Amino acid sequence: MTASTSPLRILYCHCAFARVVPGDVKAAVLDQLSAAAIEFEAVPDLCEMSARRDPRIAALAATPGLRIAACFPRAVRGLFEAAGSPLAEDTSVLNMRTQAAPDVVESLLAETAG
Amino acid sequence: MSRLDGTQIRTVLYEGPGSAPIEPAVRSQIMSALLDKGFAVTALQSSTHLTAAERDVVVILGRFADSPPDFNNGFTVRFQPIDGIDAPAIVAAVEQLIGEHGAVKAGAWKPWFPVIDYSRCTNCMQCLSFCLFDVYGVSKDRKIQVRNQDNCKTDCPACSRVCPEVAIMFPKYRHAPINGDQVSSDDMRREAMKVDISALLGGDIYAMLRDRSVKATSRFSKERDDERAIKERQNCLRKLQQDMDIPAEVLASLPSVDEIRAKAQQAAARAQAAMAPETEVQ
Repeated sequence: MTASTSPLRILYCHCAFARVVPGDVKAAVLDQLSAAAIEFEAVPDLCEMSARRDPRIAALAATPGLRIAACFPRAVRGLFEAAGSPLAEDTSVLNMRTQAAPDVVESLLAETAG
Repeated sequence: MSRLDGTQIRTVLYEGPGSAPIEPAVRSQIMSALLDKGFAVTALQSSTHLTAAERDVVVILGRFADSPPDFNNGFTVRFQPIDGIDAPAIVAAVEQLIGEHGAVKAGAWKPWFPVIDYSRCTNCMQCLSFCLFDVYGVSKDRKIQVRNQDNCKTDCPACSRVCPEVAIMFPKYRHAPINGDQVSSDDMRREAMKVDISALLGGDIYAMLRDRSVKATSRFSKERDDERAIKERQNCLRKLQQDMDIPAEVLASLPSVDEIRAKAQQAAARAQAAMAPETEVQ
């Protein structure tokens, strides 16, 4: 079902099909992740991935120390659970609906250092 | 086949062995353009760090040297050189593959569906009984589950309004706690609100719809006043729409009264079966 896996530790959700995440926050987070020249997974819409039960959901959920930039943590955890792959306790979910972009990026990158 | 089961095109912006680095600003432009059009992008520096479904087509974007990097990971791979091509042209090249591979058009469906917070859900099956569009189902272990996400009516959060435990989220909804924000003690007053809505609507929303419809029909035949009957129906639908934030299009697409009655009975039977100790669940 799923090919080779060594999932990346940062997941960015673009929430492309709704306007609930402020555009300037999304753009700034994506810009800074791109500038950091690191490996990361960027998806247009985590909800859609969950609905499709995308195999990457399971691979990501199994990644120790996964950091997710998306929306409300309760919703994000629900989406992974709905896809049959609950997130581990040590997964960090950053909320781009309420947090400022520098805070989100700092948490994402700090957690991946080392 | 559900639109959720089809082949998808996803992309990889590859800067590992066999592909030269990309300027950060260009990298960001390409990623943003692809994401805006509904394509997933993985920023990758090693060909072994890739996960994909077998059904999906992976497009490797890069500034390739003479021989392409090795991505023999068991799924369909296409290479797209990006030197001298701007972001819109890259998106166009990727979009062209949709037709070639019979893939799902990215963004064709706005992913709007309920997500259950199982830490709050008590498996009361009210959502199953309420939803007319077969979004909910019951698992083999008799647990409520969201089964047909793409049956859900876009922008309609009505089932979350009938959940007594505030356990149903719509991540793309505007307001807390339905959007997934923490549930406060104030939110729990929704239980009382639910009673209010029930009282307002005469105890059962679908019963209310039926009753109003019958009354309107009766009035129509008695008084030959179709304008008044229509106004009556519009009034009750407006109340529903305001109280539960149901889009007008959803109300307009409701099945006939007979179909509603039949569906409500079927759903109630499924819910009862799921909750009965020894009953087999389908």
